[in-house]
Amino acid sequence: MIEIQNLTKEFGPLRVVDSITFTVKKGEVLGFLGPNGAGKSTTMKMITGFLAPTEGTARICGHDVEQEPMAAKKKLGYLPEGAPAYTDMTPAAFLDFIADIRGLTGATKAARLAAVVKQVHLDQVLHQPIETLSKGFKRRVGLAQAILHDPLVLVLDEPTDGLDPNQKFEVRQLIRSMAQNKAIVLSTHILEEVEAVCTRAIIIAKGKVLFDGTPESLAARGPLDEVFRKITTGDRVAAN
Amino acid sequence: MRNTWILAKRELSGYFATPVAYVFLVFYLLLMGLLTFYLAGYYERGVADLQPFFALHPWLYLFLIPALSMRLWAEERKSGTIELLMTLPVSLTEAVGGKFLAAWLFSGIALALTFPMWLTVNFLGQPDNGVILASYIGSFLLAGGYLALGSFLSAVTKNQVIAFVLTFVAGLLLVLAGTPLVLEPARAFTSDFIVDSLRSFSFLTHMNSIGSGVIQVTSLAFFASLIIASLAACVVTLDLKKAS
Repeated sequence: MIEIQNLTKEFGPLRVVDSITFTVKKGEVLGFLGPNGAGKSTTMKMITGFLAPTEGTARICGHDVEQEPMAAKKKLGYLPEGAPAYTDMTPAAFLDFIADIRGLTGATKAARLAAVVKQVHLDQVLHQPIETLSKGFKRRVGLAQAILHDPLVLVLDEPTDGLDPNQKFEVRQLIRSMAQNKAIVLSTHILEEVEAVCTRAIIIAKGKVLFDGTPESLAARGPLDEVFRKITTGDRVAAN
Repeated sequence: MRNTWILAKRELSGYFATPVAYVFLVFYLLLMGLLTFYLAGYYERGVADLQPFFALHPWLYLFLIPALSMRLWAEERKSGTIELLMTLPVSLTEAVGGKFLAAWLFSGIALALTFPMWLTVNFLGQPDNGVILASYIGSFLLAGGYLALGSFLSAVTKNQVIAFVLTFVAGLLLVLAGTPLVLEPARAFTSDFIVDSLRSFSFLTHMNSIGSGVIQVTSLAFFASLIIASLAACVVTLDLKKAS
């Protein structure tokens, strides 16, 4: 459902993402790993159509994000880095706005809003301005916004960043429970997260894909931390 | 169209969710009232019209409109919500239109709340209400044109203060273009054509002609093209700079 072909992004002379190619099928949860500045967020910004790639294409459910942005964006739920939201609004008003923009109306809208609020446990802060919420709640508002229209494709940039261990556990459970009928890409630099939720892992560094395989095959190489360091600082490792 | 309205609604409710809207409205009405009575000598003239009140608008807008427009895009870019907005199924044109519309409607609300001025003048005498209506429409058009320009300049920078200053300076140029301060030197050095062009670009020229009770096609065309050109420039700027 996500097809990435030779995706490349240059900022001036800097090649931040270097000809990345991969596809994500329905039911897959792809963990995007890499050191800071590896090009994870930039790749996600191109998949979601926020950034235009210098070269290559990204397709969501068959729609090229550059050629048919509207069709692609409708299929997509996105949690941008840092979970930006209109902080002077309450989660209730914010999610209501997102529902309107997503074209949800009437009973469907009410049902989806109720379901999502329950899924990410927002009920106790629903009528408090977002700016007064803790980091964990802000992240959950961002998550709620991304899954509100039950999209086929979900792109999550560091969905568990800033959450406490219990909240991390809950969010991972949520992602797993949604995985069946969606294609999900999430970025993280927490290695255990990949084992916990992902069916596949891609490691990138300096804009290049260095590993593409299952978390098990990654774990089979030894302790995750060491493998990660070896891959991202050393030579290219053949994918399994 | 539907998306534009949803975005405008969100933006407008955002104004009222914080003290911004109320502070702005109180300040606007106080300034409008005080300056009309004390600076423009509304009573001393002894004429039942709102001419001194409307003559202030281009000058007051120089401060009030940039205050309203500076946050439109600068804040969206600074807080990163632009990434959220641009990945929702909304086109850039709809987004620019929606936010502009919200700001314009808000300036319309502020303008409408000056109705006690109209009541006062009707209580004191028998003014030409047609002229007053035309002047209100003119002031609303001026606010729209200036806000569109401000929304473009707000897209140029992430910094709201810079956006304010840029918009203030641009507005000042457009107001002053119709004053002798600019026109007299221009007449000495350039052709009549340039002088007339300068004059036709001035907010003051259009406001004066509308203030006489006639909304000319040229004035309508001026404000309409100012709005469309500014919003188009805003769309292009955002497309280029949204991620930086």
